[in-house]
Amino acid sequence: MGQNLPEKIFSAHCGREVHTGDTVIAELDLVMAHDTTGAWAIDPFREIADKVFDPERIVFPFDHAFPAPSVAMAHLQKKVRTFAKEQGIRIRTDGVCHQLLAEEYVKPSMLVLGADSHTPTSGGLGALTIGVGSTDAAVALATGKNWFRVPEVIRIVIEGEMPHGVFAKDVILHIAGMLGTEYSAYKIIEFAGPVVEQWSVPERMTLTNMCAELGAKTAIVPSDERTREYLASQGREDDWEANGPDPDAEYAETIVVDVSDLVPTVAQPHDIDQEAKVEDIEGRPVDQVFIGSCTNGRIEDLRVVRSIWEGRELNRDIRVVITPASRRVYLQALEEGLVEFFMKKGVSLTNPGCGACLGRQGGVLDDEEVCVATSNRNFPGRMGSPTAEIYLASPATAAATALRGVITDPRPYLPQAVEG
Amino acid sequence: MNWIFPDNINTDLITPGRYNQTTDPKELAKICFIEYRPEFAKQVKPGDFVVAGRNFGCGSSRETAVTSLKHTGIEAIVAKSFARIFYRNCMNQGLLLVIGDTDGITPEDELELDIDRQKLVVKTQGREIDVLLPRMMLKLRDEGGIVEYLKRHGLGALEELAKL
Ligand code: SF4
Repeated sequence: MGQNLPEKIFSAHCGREVHTGDTVIAELDLVMAHDTTGAWAIDPFREIADKVFDPERIVFPFDHAFPAPSVAMAHLQKKVRTFAKEQGIRIRTDGVCHQLLAEEYVKPSMLVLGADSHTPTSGGLGALTIGVGSTDAAVALATGKNWFRVPEVIRIVIEGEMPHGVFAKDVILHIAGMLGTEYSAYKIIEFAGPVVEQWSVPERMTLTNMCAELGAKTAIVPSDERTREYLASQGREDDWEANGPDPDAEYAETIVVDVSDLVPTVAQPHDIDQEAKVEDIEGRPVDQVFIGSCTNGRIEDLRVVRSIWEGRELNRDIRVVITPASRRVYLQALEEGLVEFFMKKGVSLTNPGCGACLGRQGGVLDDEEVCVATSNRNFPGRMGSPTAEIYLASPATAAATALRGVITDPRPYLPQAVEG
Repeated sequence: MNWIFPDNINTDLITPGRYNQTTDPKELAKICFIEYRPEFAKQVKPGDFVVAGRNFGCGSSRETAVTSLKHTGIEAIVAKSFARIFYRNCMNQGLLLVIGDTDGITPEDELELDIDRQKLVVKTQGREIDVLLPRMMLKLRDEGGIVEYLKRHGLGALEELAKL
Protein backbone atom coordinates (compact mmCIF):
# COMPACT_ATOMS: atom_id res chain seq x y z
CA MET A 1 0.00 0.00 0.00
CA GLY A 2 1.41 3.40 -0.97
CA GLN A 3 2.11 5.99 1.70
CA ASN A 4 1.25 9.64 1.89
CA LEU A 5 4.05 12.02 2.86
CA PRO A 6 3.28 12.15 6.62
CA GLU A 7 3.19 8.33 6.78
CA LYS A 8 6.57 8.21 5.04
CA ILE A 9 8.13 10.68 7.45
CA PHE A 10 6.63 8.97 10.51
CA SER A 11 7.89 5.60 9.20
CA ALA A 12 11.42 6.94 8.78
CA HIS A 13 11.36 8.10 12.41
CA CYS A 14 9.84 4.94 13.87
CA GLY A 15 12.22 2.44 12.29
CA ARG A 16 9.34 0.55 10.64
CA GLU A 17 6.55 1.14 8.16
CA VAL A 18 3.60 2.78 9.90
CA HIS A 19 0.18 3.75 8.63
CA THR A 20 -2.79 5.90 9.54
CA GLY A 21 -4.31 4.81 12.83
CA ASP A 22 -1.10 3.45 14.38
CA THR A 23 0.04 4.87 17.70
CA VAL A 24 3.81 5.12 17.55
CA ILE A 25 6.87 6.30 19.42
CA ALA A 26 8.94 8.41 17.02
CA GLU A 27 12.48 9.84 17.24
CA LEU A 28 12.63 13.61 16.90
CA ASP A 29 15.15 15.57 14.84
CA LEU A 30 14.53 18.85 16.61
CA VAL A 31 12.69 20.12 19.69
CA MET A 32 11.66 23.76 20.09
CA ALA A 33 10.16 25.54 23.08
CA HIS A 34 9.92 29.33 23.53
CA ASP A 35 10.10 31.86 26.33
CA THR A 36 6.72 30.88 27.77
CA THR A 37 6.16 27.22 26.84
CA GLY A 38 9.82 26.53 27.64
CA ALA A 39 9.42 27.95 31.13
CA TRP A 40 6.58 25.54 31.87
CA ALA A 41 8.52 22.56 30.51
CA ILE A 42 11.34 22.89 33.04
CA ASP A 43 9.62 21.68 36.22
CA PRO A 44 8.14 18.54 34.59
CA PHE A 45 11.50 17.88 32.91
CA ARG A 46 13.28 17.94 36.25
CA GLU A 47 10.88 15.33 37.58
CA ILE A 48 12.01 12.81 34.98
CA ALA A 49 15.57 13.65 33.90
CA ASP A 50 18.79 15.48 34.74
CA LYS A 51 20.18 15.97 31.25
CA VAL A 52 18.46 16.74 27.95
CA PHE A 53 18.78 14.10 25.21
CA ASP A 54 20.93 16.28 22.93
CA PRO A 55 21.40 20.05 23.36
CA GLU A 56 22.37 20.34 19.67
CA ARG A 57 18.89 19.26 18.65
CA ILE A 58 17.06 21.69 20.93
CA VAL A 59 16.44 25.41 20.50
CA PHE A 60 14.74 27.96 22.76
CA PRO A 61 13.72 31.16 20.92
CA PHE A 62 12.59 34.06 23.13
CA ASP A 63 9.92 35.70 21.03
CA HIS A 64 6.53 35.83 22.70
CA ALA A 65 7.46 38.58 25.12
CA PHE A 66 10.95 39.73 24.37
CA PRO A 67 12.55 41.99 25.53
CA ALA A 68 10.59 41.26 28.71
CA PRO A 69 7.61 43.64 29.14
CA SER A 70 7.06 42.89 32.85
CA VAL A 71 8.82 41.62 35.94
CA ALA A 72 6.80 38.40 35.77
CA MET A 73 8.00 37.70 32.22
CA ALA A 74 11.57 38.64 33.12
CA HIS A 75 11.33 36.10 35.91
CA LEU A 76 10.09 33.34 33.58
CA GLN A 77 12.83 34.14 31.08
CA LYS A 78 15.49 34.00 33.74
CA LYS A 79 14.24 30.56 34.65
CA VAL A 80 14.62 29.41 31.03
CA ARG A 81 18.00 31.10 30.67
CA THR A 82 19.39 29.40 33.77
CA PHE A 83 18.14 26.04 32.57
CA ALA A 84 19.47 26.53 29.03
CA LYS A 85 22.90 27.48 30.31
CA GLU A 86 23.08 24.49 32.58
CA GLN A 87 22.03 22.15 29.74
CA GLY A 88 24.03 23.77 26.93
CA ILE A 89 20.90 24.69 24.94
CA ARG A 90 21.03 27.65 22.57
CA ILE A 91 18.69 30.56 23.27
CA ARG A 92 17.73 32.77 20.35
CA THR A 93 16.38 36.27 20.75
CA ASP A 94 16.22 37.26 17.11
CA GLY A 95 12.80 36.41 15.80
CA VAL A 96 9.56 34.47 15.90
CA CYS A 97 10.34 30.83 16.69
CA HIS A 98 8.77 29.46 13.49
CA GLN A 99 10.62 31.90 11.28
CA LEU A 100 13.95 30.99 12.90
CA LEU A 101 13.18 27.29 12.49
CA ALA A 102 12.51 27.80 8.78
CA GLU A 103 15.56 29.99 8.19
CA GLU A 104 18.12 27.92 10.03
CA TYR A 105 16.98 24.59 11.40
CA VAL A 106 14.29 22.65 9.56
CA LYS A 107 15.19 20.39 6.64
CA PRO A 108 12.80 18.51 4.37
CA SER A 109 11.65 15.13 5.80
CA MET A 110 12.53 16.06 9.39
CA LEU A 111 10.22 15.28 12.29
CA VAL A 112 10.08 18.35 14.53
CA LEU A 113 8.24 18.91 17.78
CA GLY A 114 7.54 22.48 18.79
CA ALA A 115 5.88 23.71 21.95
CA ASP A 116 3.74 26.22 20.09
CA SER A 117 0.50 25.84 18.17
CA HIS A 118 1.83 27.38 14.94
CA THR A 119 4.62 24.83 14.58
CA PRO A 120 2.97 23.63 11.31
CA THR A 121 4.55 26.72 9.67
CA SER A 122 7.77 24.92 8.77
CA GLY A 123 5.71 22.23 7.05
CA GLY A 124 6.16 24.63 4.13
CA LEU A 125 9.65 23.11 3.76
CA GLY A 126 8.40 19.54 3.42
CA ALA A 127 9.02 18.58 7.05
CA LEU A 128 6.57 17.19 9.57
CA THR A 129 6.44 19.85 12.27
CA ILE A 130 4.00 19.22 15.09
CA GLY A 131 2.83 21.59 17.80
CA VAL A 132 2.41 20.39 21.39
CA GLY A 133 2.27 21.71 24.95
CA SER A 134 4.89 22.00 27.65
CA THR A 135 4.59 18.52 29.19
CA ASP A 136 5.13 16.98 25.76
CA ALA A 137 8.12 19.27 25.34
CA ALA A 138 9.47 18.06 28.70
CA VAL A 139 9.14 14.42 27.62
CA ALA A 140 10.84 15.25 24.31
CA LEU A 141 13.67 17.16 26.01
CA ALA A 142 14.31 14.16 28.23
CA THR A 143 13.98 11.36 25.67
CA GLY A 144 14.33 12.83 22.18
CA LYS A 145 11.07 11.02 21.41
CA ASN A 146 7.36 11.27 21.85
CA TRP A 147 4.17 9.35 21.17
CA PHE A 148 2.02 10.12 18.16
CA ARG A 149 -1.04 8.76 16.51
CA VAL A 150 -0.41 8.61 12.75
CA PRO A 151 -3.47 10.55 11.64
CA GLU A 152 -5.71 10.62 8.62
CA VAL A 153 -4.37 12.91 5.91
CA ILE A 154 -6.50 15.34 3.91
CA ARG A 155 -5.09 16.31 0.53
CA ILE A 156 -5.88 19.84 -0.59
CA VAL A 157 -5.16 20.50 -4.25
CA ILE A 158 -4.93 24.18 -5.17
CA GLU A 159 -5.41 24.96 -8.83
CA GLY A 160 -6.39 27.74 -11.21
CA GLU A 161 -4.81 31.10 -11.97
CA MET A 162 -3.99 33.43 -9.07
CA PRO A 163 -5.89 36.68 -9.76
CA HIS A 164 -4.30 40.12 -9.41
CA GLY A 165 -4.14 41.26 -5.78
CA VAL A 166 -4.76 37.80 -4.37
CA PHE A 167 -2.06 36.22 -2.21
CA ALA A 168 -1.44 32.97 -0.33
CA LYS A 169 -3.07 34.58 2.73
CA ASP A 170 -6.30 35.20 0.82
CA VAL A 171 -6.28 31.59 -0.35
CA ILE A 172 -5.92 30.15 3.15
CA LEU A 173 -8.51 32.56 4.59
CA HIS A 174 -10.85 31.35 1.88
CA ILE A 175 -10.08 27.71 2.68
CA ALA A 176 -10.72 28.45 6.37
CA GLY A 177 -14.05 30.01 5.47
CA MET A 178 -14.94 26.97 3.37
CA LEU A 179 -13.91 24.29 5.82
CA GLY A 180 -14.35 25.87 9.27
CA THR A 181 -12.25 25.78 12.39
CA GLU A 182 -12.48 22.08 13.09
CA TYR A 183 -12.46 20.51 9.69
CA SER A 184 -9.04 18.98 9.94
CA ALA A 185 -9.03 18.37 13.71
CA TYR A 186 -6.48 15.64 14.55
CA LYS A 187 -5.68 15.28 10.84
CA ILE A 188 -2.76 16.39 8.69
CA ILE A 189 -3.22 18.48 5.56
CA GLU A 190 -0.93 17.67 2.62
CA PHE A 191 -0.98 20.34 -0.07
CA ALA A 192 -0.60 19.72 -3.80
CA GLY A 193 -1.50 21.22 -7.16
CA PRO A 194 -0.06 23.67 -9.65
CA VAL A 195 -0.60 26.83 -7.59
CA VAL A 196 1.25 25.49 -4.56
CA GLU A 197 3.97 24.12 -6.84
CA GLN A 198 4.59 27.61 -8.19
CA TRP A 199 4.61 29.23 -4.77
CA SER A 200 7.82 30.06 -2.94
CA VAL A 201 8.45 28.60 0.51
CA PRO A 202 7.42 31.85 2.29
CA GLU A 203 4.03 31.66 0.54
CA ARG A 204 3.74 27.98 1.43
CA MET A 205 4.51 28.85 5.04
CA THR A 206 1.61 31.30 5.16
CA LEU A 207 -0.57 28.38 4.09
CA THR A 208 0.76 25.77 6.53
CA ASN A 209 0.87 28.31 9.39
CA MET A 210 -2.86 28.94 9.24
CA CYS A 211 -3.72 25.24 9.15
CA ALA A 212 -3.26 25.31 12.91
CA GLU A 213 -6.49 27.34 12.89
CA LEU A 214 -8.30 24.55 11.05
CA GLY A 215 -7.47 22.24 13.95
CA ALA A 216 -4.83 20.33 11.96
CA LYS A 217 -2.10 18.32 13.64
CA THR A 218 0.13 19.85 11.02
CA ALA A 219 0.30 20.67 7.32
CA ILE A 220 2.94 19.88 4.74
CA VAL A 221 3.98 20.87 1.24
CA PRO A 222 6.28 18.36 -0.49
CA SER A 223 9.85 19.54 -0.95
CA ASP A 224 10.82 20.42 -4.53
CA GLU A 225 12.94 22.86 -6.54
CA ARG A 226 11.26 25.84 -4.88
CA THR A 227 12.31 24.42 -1.53
CA ARG A 228 15.85 24.15 -2.81
CA GLU A 229 15.73 27.80 -3.89
CA TYR A 230 14.57 28.86 -0.45
CA LEU A 231 17.22 26.85 1.38
CA ALA A 232 19.85 28.26 -0.99
CA SER A 233 18.61 31.79 -0.20
CA GLN A 234 19.20 31.01 3.48
CA GLY A 235 22.71 29.73 2.74
CA ARG A 236 21.94 26.06 3.25
CA GLU A 237 21.26 24.43 -0.07
CA ASP A 238 23.05 21.31 1.22
CA ASP A 239 20.12 20.70 3.56
CA TRP A 240 17.80 20.14 0.62
CA GLU A 241 16.27 16.88 -0.47
CA ALA A 242 13.15 16.30 -2.53
CA ASN A 243 10.26 14.34 -1.04
CA GLY A 244 6.65 13.52 -1.78
CA PRO A 245 3.91 10.95 -1.40
CA ASP A 246 3.81 7.60 -3.20
CA PRO A 247 1.76 7.81 -6.41
CA ASP A 248 -0.80 5.38 -4.94
CA ALA A 249 -0.93 7.03 -1.53
CA GLU A 250 -4.23 6.99 0.31
CA TYR A 251 -5.98 10.03 1.74
CA ALA A 252 -8.97 10.41 4.02
CA GLU A 253 -10.25 12.96 1.54
CA THR A 254 -9.13 15.10 -1.40
CA ILE A 255 -10.41 18.66 -1.70
CA VAL A 256 -9.85 20.74 -4.82
CA VAL A 257 -9.76 24.50 -4.44
CA ASP A 258 -9.84 26.66 -7.56
CA VAL A 259 -8.43 30.13 -6.90
CA SER A 260 -9.27 31.71 -10.26
CA ASP A 261 -12.29 33.64 -8.96
CA LEU A 262 -10.83 34.65 -5.61
CA VAL A 263 -10.71 38.27 -4.51
CA PRO A 264 -8.89 39.85 -1.55
CA THR A 265 -10.37 38.18 1.53
CA VAL A 266 -10.48 38.78 5.29
CA ALA A 267 -11.53 36.83 8.35
CA GLN A 268 -13.91 39.05 10.29
CA PRO A 269 -14.13 39.13 14.08
CA HIS A 270 -14.11 36.82 16.00
CA ASP A 271 -13.06 33.67 14.22
CA ILE A 272 -10.93 32.73 11.29
CA ASP A 273 -13.78 31.11 9.37
CA GLN A 274 -15.77 34.38 9.25
CA GLU A 275 -14.77 34.91 5.65
CA ALA A 276 -15.67 38.12 3.83
CA LYS A 277 -14.61 39.73 0.58
CA VAL A 278 -12.71 42.94 1.23
CA GLU A 279 -14.86 44.68 -1.41
CA ASP A 280 -18.00 43.86 0.61
CA ILE A 281 -16.81 45.42 3.86
CA GLU A 282 -14.74 48.26 2.45
CA GLY A 283 -14.92 51.54 4.37
CA ARG A 284 -15.06 50.20 7.92
CA PRO A 285 -12.88 52.47 10.10
CA VAL A 286 -9.85 50.99 11.83
CA ASP A 287 -7.61 52.16 14.67
CA GLN A 288 -4.52 50.07 14.02
CA VAL A 289 -2.84 48.12 11.24
CA PHE A 290 -0.42 45.38 12.29
CA ILE A 291 1.95 43.85 9.74
CA GLY A 292 4.01 41.01 11.15
CA SER A 293 3.87 37.54 12.79
CA CYS A 294 4.88 34.06 11.68
CA THR A 295 2.09 34.19 9.09
CA ASN A 296 3.11 37.32 7.18
CA GLY A 297 6.12 39.12 8.61
CA ARG A 298 8.67 38.10 5.99
CA ILE A 299 10.69 40.18 3.54
CA GLU A 300 8.36 39.25 0.69
CA ASP A 301 5.46 40.69 2.69
CA LEU A 302 7.32 43.91 3.47
CA ARG A 303 8.11 44.36 -0.23
CA VAL A 304 4.41 44.12 -1.08
CA VAL A 305 3.70 46.79 1.54
CA ARG A 306 6.27 49.12 0.02
CA SER A 307 4.88 48.62 -3.47
CA ILE A 308 1.51 49.88 -2.21
CA TRP A 309 2.87 52.79 -0.18
CA GLU A 310 5.36 54.06 -2.76
CA GLY A 311 4.53 57.71 -3.56
CA ARG A 312 1.54 57.78 -1.16
CA GLU A 313 0.95 59.03 2.39
CA LEU A 314 -0.43 56.93 5.23
CA ASN A 315 -3.58 57.98 7.06
CA ARG A 316 -2.51 60.01 10.10
CA ASP A 317 -5.33 58.99 12.42
CA ILE A 318 -4.34 55.38 12.74
CA ARG A 319 -1.37 53.53 14.20
CA VAL A 320 0.69 51.32 11.93
CA VAL A 321 2.96 48.73 13.51
CA ILE A 322 5.41 46.64 11.51
CA THR A 323 7.23 43.76 13.20
CA PRO A 324 9.70 41.87 11.00
CA ALA A 325 9.54 38.14 11.71
CA SER A 326 13.26 37.83 12.35
CA ARG A 327 16.51 39.77 12.58
CA ARG A 328 17.45 38.32 9.21
CA VAL A 329 14.29 39.81 7.72
CA TYR A 330 15.00 43.10 9.49
CA LEU A 331 18.57 43.24 8.15
CA GLN A 332 17.39 42.49 4.66
CA ALA A 333 14.78 45.24 4.98
CA LEU A 334 17.56 47.57 6.06
CA GLU A 335 19.67 46.60 3.08
CA GLU A 336 16.80 47.18 0.66
CA GLY A 337 16.02 50.61 2.10
CA LEU A 338 12.72 49.43 3.52
CA VAL A 339 13.51 50.44 7.08
CA GLU A 340 14.15 54.04 6.11
CA PHE A 341 11.12 53.98 3.85
CA PHE A 342 8.83 52.74 6.65
CA MET A 343 10.26 55.11 9.25
CA LYS A 344 9.68 58.09 6.97
CA LYS A 345 6.09 56.98 6.51
CA GLY A 346 5.64 57.26 10.29
CA VAL A 347 5.36 53.56 11.04
CA SER A 348 6.28 52.05 14.44
CA LEU A 349 8.87 49.47 13.50
CA THR A 350 9.39 47.07 16.41
CA ASN A 351 12.04 44.51 17.21
CA PRO A 352 11.62 41.08 15.58
CA GLY A 353 9.37 38.70 17.50
CA CYS A 354 5.69 38.05 18.12
CA GLY A 355 4.95 41.60 19.20
CA ALA A 356 1.36 42.71 18.86
CA CYS A 357 0.18 39.32 17.52
CA LEU A 358 -0.67 37.99 20.96
CA GLY A 359 -1.46 41.24 22.71
CA ARG A 360 1.37 41.29 25.22
CA GLN A 361 3.30 44.28 23.94
CA GLY A 362 4.01 46.48 20.95
CA GLY A 363 0.48 47.39 19.86
CA VAL A 364 -2.10 46.25 22.43
CA LEU A 365 -5.70 47.21 21.56
CA ASP A 366 -8.14 49.17 23.73
CA ASP A 367 -11.85 48.41 24.20
CA GLU A 368 -13.79 48.34 20.94
CA GLU A 369 -10.79 49.28 18.84
CA VAL A 370 -10.52 47.76 15.38
CA CYS A 371 -7.34 46.30 13.96
CA VAL A 372 -6.47 44.88 10.56
CA ALA A 373 -3.69 42.36 11.15
CA THR A 374 -1.62 40.05 8.95
CA SER A 375 -1.40 37.50 11.77
CA ASN A 376 -3.45 34.34 12.22
CA ARG A 377 -5.89 34.68 15.15
CA ASN A 378 -8.80 37.03 15.76
CA PHE A 379 -10.34 35.56 18.92
CA PRO A 380 -11.77 38.03 21.43
CA GLY A 381 -8.92 39.34 23.54
CA ARG A 382 -6.17 38.05 21.28
CA MET A 383 -4.52 41.44 20.81
CA GLY A 384 -5.70 43.18 23.96
CA SER A 385 -9.17 44.15 25.15
CA PRO A 386 -11.79 41.38 24.73
CA THR A 387 -14.05 43.90 22.99
CA ALA A 388 -11.46 44.86 20.37
CA GLU A 389 -12.14 43.58 16.85
CA ILE A 390 -9.51 41.97 14.64
CA TYR A 391 -9.75 41.49 10.88
CA LEU A 392 -7.15 39.09 9.48
CA ALA A 393 -5.88 40.01 6.03
CA SER A 394 -3.00 39.81 3.58
CA PRO A 395 -0.14 42.33 3.83
CA ALA A 396 -1.54 44.01 0.70
CA THR A 397 -4.98 44.56 2.24
CA ALA A 398 -3.35 45.73 5.49
CA ALA A 399 -1.15 48.18 3.57
CA ALA A 400 -4.02 49.59 1.52
CA THR A 401 -6.05 49.98 4.73
CA ALA A 402 -3.20 51.99 6.27
CA LEU A 403 -3.46 54.47 3.39
CA ARG A 404 -7.10 55.35 3.96
CA GLY A 405 -7.69 54.43 7.62
CA VAL A 406 -10.63 52.27 6.61
CA ILE A 407 -10.71 48.71 5.30
CA THR A 408 -9.53 49.00 1.72
CA ASP A 409 -9.26 46.72 -1.30
CA PRO A 410 -5.58 46.66 -2.30
CA ARG A 411 -6.11 45.98 -5.99
CA PRO A 412 -6.25 49.59 -7.20
CA TYR A 413 -3.02 50.35 -5.35
CA LEU A 414 -0.97 47.34 -6.41
CA PRO A 415 1.43 47.66 -9.30
CA GLN A 416 1.09 44.81 -11.79
CA ALA A 417 4.68 43.77 -11.08
CA VAL A 418 3.96 42.20 -7.69
CA GLU A 419 0.81 40.56 -8.88
CA GLY A 420 -0.14 37.29 -7.15
CA MET B 1 -22.74 21.22 39.61
CA ASN B 2 -22.04 21.51 35.91
CA TRP B 3 -20.49 24.56 34.32
CA ILE B 4 -21.95 24.94 30.84
CA PHE B 5 -19.90 26.52 28.05
CA PRO B 6 -20.62 27.07 24.33
CA ASP B 7 -18.62 25.98 21.23
CA ASN B 8 -15.07 27.14 20.50
CA ILE B 9 -13.85 27.96 24.00
CA ASN B 10 -10.24 28.93 23.30
CA THR B 11 -7.27 28.81 25.64
CA ASP B 12 -7.02 32.61 25.68
CA LEU B 13 -10.41 32.62 27.44
CA ILE B 14 -9.27 30.01 29.97
CA THR B 15 -5.95 31.65 30.88
CA PRO B 16 -5.56 35.00 29.09
CA GLY B 17 -2.01 35.85 28.03
CA ARG B 18 -1.79 38.86 30.29
CA TYR B 19 -2.42 36.76 33.42
CA ASN B 20 -0.48 33.82 32.15
CA GLN B 21 2.86 34.63 33.74
CA THR B 22 3.38 32.09 36.48
CA THR B 23 4.17 28.39 36.67
CA ASP B 24 2.42 27.97 40.06
CA PRO B 25 -0.65 25.69 39.65
CA LYS B 26 -2.53 27.23 42.60
CA GLU B 27 -2.10 30.71 41.18
CA LEU B 28 -3.16 29.45 37.76
CA ALA B 29 -6.31 27.87 39.21
CA LYS B 30 -7.29 31.30 40.55
CA ILE B 31 -7.21 32.90 37.09
CA CYS B 32 -9.27 30.23 35.33
CA PHE B 33 -11.75 32.06 33.04
CA ILE B 34 -10.83 35.27 34.90
CA GLU B 35 -12.29 37.67 32.31
CA TYR B 36 -14.72 35.42 30.50
CA ARG B 37 -16.48 34.00 33.55
CA PRO B 38 -15.09 35.64 36.70
CA GLU B 39 -17.32 33.70 39.14
CA PHE B 40 -15.99 30.33 37.92
CA ALA B 41 -12.72 30.18 39.84
CA LYS B 42 -14.39 31.38 43.06
CA GLN B 43 -17.36 29.03 43.00
CA VAL B 44 -16.17 25.84 41.28
CA LYS B 45 -15.97 22.83 43.61
CA PRO B 46 -13.97 19.61 43.41
CA GLY B 47 -16.02 17.03 41.54
CA ASP B 48 -17.86 19.57 39.36
CA PHE B 49 -18.06 18.94 35.62
CA VAL B 50 -17.25 21.39 32.85
CA VAL B 51 -19.70 20.76 30.01
CA ALA B 52 -19.15 22.31 26.59
CA GLY B 53 -19.93 22.24 22.89
CA ARG B 54 -17.53 21.72 20.01
CA ASN B 55 -13.80 22.44 19.75
CA PHE B 56 -13.14 23.08 23.44
CA GLY B 57 -9.56 24.26 24.12
CA CYS B 58 -8.82 25.58 20.64
CA GLY B 59 -6.15 28.20 19.98
CA SER B 60 -2.81 28.54 21.68
CA SER B 61 -0.86 25.52 22.94
CA ARG B 62 -0.48 27.09 26.38
CA GLU B 63 -0.62 24.33 28.91
CA THR B 64 -1.54 26.75 31.69
CA ALA B 65 -5.11 26.35 30.44
CA VAL B 66 -4.99 22.68 31.44
CA THR B 67 -3.05 23.22 34.66
CA SER B 68 -5.49 25.93 35.65
CA LEU B 69 -8.61 23.82 35.00
CA LYS B 70 -7.11 20.71 36.57
CA HIS B 71 -6.18 22.46 39.78
CA THR B 72 -9.69 23.77 40.31
CA GLY B 73 -10.43 20.12 41.15
CA ILE B 74 -13.04 19.49 38.44
CA GLU B 75 -13.92 15.84 37.78
CA ALA B 76 -13.78 16.01 33.99
CA ILE B 77 -14.58 18.11 30.95
CA VAL B 78 -17.35 16.74 28.76
CA ALA B 79 -17.60 18.23 25.27
CA LYS B 80 -18.73 17.37 21.77
CA SER B 81 -15.12 17.71 20.62
CA PHE B 82 -11.78 19.02 21.79
CA ALA B 83 -8.94 20.81 20.02
CA ARG B 84 -5.96 18.57 19.42
CA ILE B 85 -3.18 20.13 21.50
CA PHE B 86 -5.54 20.74 24.41
CA TYR B 87 -6.60 17.09 24.28
CA ARG B 88 -3.00 15.93 24.33
CA ASN B 89 -2.09 18.31 27.14
CA CYS B 90 -4.99 17.01 29.25
CA MET B 91 -3.96 13.40 28.63
CA ASN B 92 -0.43 14.28 29.67
CA GLN B 93 -1.62 15.96 32.86
CA GLY B 94 -4.15 13.27 33.71
CA LEU B 95 -7.26 15.47 33.42
CA LEU B 96 -10.16 13.45 32.09
CA LEU B 97 -11.72 14.62 28.82
CA VAL B 98 -14.94 12.97 27.77
CA ILE B 99 -16.23 13.22 24.21
CA GLY B 100 -20.00 12.95 23.93
CA ASP B 101 -23.17 14.77 22.89
CA THR B 102 -23.62 17.36 25.62
CA ASP B 103 -26.89 18.87 24.33
CA GLY B 104 -29.54 19.13 27.02
CA ILE B 105 -27.26 18.87 30.05
CA THR B 106 -28.15 21.57 32.60
CA PRO B 107 -26.09 23.07 35.44
CA GLU B 108 -28.19 21.17 37.98
CA ASP B 109 -28.08 17.69 36.39
CA GLU B 110 -26.34 14.99 38.38
CA LEU B 111 -23.71 13.33 36.21
CA GLU B 112 -21.83 10.10 36.72
CA LEU B 113 -19.17 8.56 34.50
CA ASP B 114 -19.42 4.83 33.87
CA ILE B 115 -15.94 4.26 32.54
CA ASP B 116 -16.23 0.51 31.89
CA ARG B 117 -19.33 0.95 29.75
CA GLN B 118 -18.13 4.26 28.23
CA LYS B 119 -21.32 6.04 29.27
CA LEU B 120 -22.10 9.33 30.90
CA VAL B 121 -25.14 8.82 33.12
CA VAL B 122 -27.38 11.86 33.45
CA LYS B 123 -29.09 10.60 36.60
CA THR B 124 -31.57 13.43 36.98
CA GLN B 125 -32.84 12.86 33.41
CA GLY B 126 -32.70 9.08 33.56
CA ARG B 127 -30.63 8.79 30.40
CA GLU B 128 -27.18 7.73 29.26
CA ILE B 129 -24.87 9.33 26.74
CA ASP B 130 -22.31 7.32 24.75
CA VAL B 131 -18.85 8.70 25.35
CA LEU B 132 -15.33 8.09 24.14
CA LEU B 133 -12.57 7.53 26.69
CA PRO B 134 -9.40 6.13 25.10
CA ARG B 135 -7.31 3.64 27.08
CA MET B 136 -4.27 5.90 27.09
CA MET B 137 -6.26 8.73 28.65
CA LEU B 138 -7.58 6.47 31.42
CA LYS B 139 -4.14 5.01 32.06
CA LEU B 140 -2.52 8.42 32.33
CA ARG B 141 -5.37 9.68 34.55
CA ASP B 142 -4.81 6.75 36.91
CA GLU B 143 -1.06 7.35 36.89
CA GLY B 144 -1.51 11.07 37.64
CA GLY B 145 -0.20 12.19 34.25
CA ILE B 146 2.70 11.27 31.97
CA VAL B 147 5.36 12.84 34.17
CA GLU B 148 4.31 10.76 37.19
CA TYR B 149 4.05 7.73 34.93
CA LEU B 150 7.59 8.12 33.58
CA LYS B 151 8.92 8.92 37.05
CA ARG B 152 7.41 5.73 38.41
CA HIS B 153 8.25 3.39 35.53
CA GLY B 154 11.35 4.99 33.96
CA LEU B 155 11.76 6.80 30.64
CA GLY B 156 11.73 3.47 28.78
CA ALA B 157 8.07 3.11 29.73
CA LEU B 158 7.24 5.65 27.01
CA GLU B 159 7.33 2.73 24.57
CA GLU B 160 4.63 0.91 26.56
CA LEU B 161 2.21 3.80 26.15
CA ALA B 162 2.04 3.31 22.40
CA LYS B 163 0.94 -0.29 22.95
CA LEU B 164 -2.09 0.57 25.07
S1 SF4 C 1 3.82 35.50 15.82
FE1 SF4 C 1 1.85 35.17 16.83
S2 SF4 C 1 1.10 33.21 16.05
FE2 SF4 C 1 3.28 33.35 15.53
S3 SF4 C 1 4.32 32.27 17.20
FE3 SF4 C 1 4.24 34.46 17.75
S4 SF4 C 1 2.36 34.68 18.97
FE4 SF4 C 1 2.23 32.73 17.89
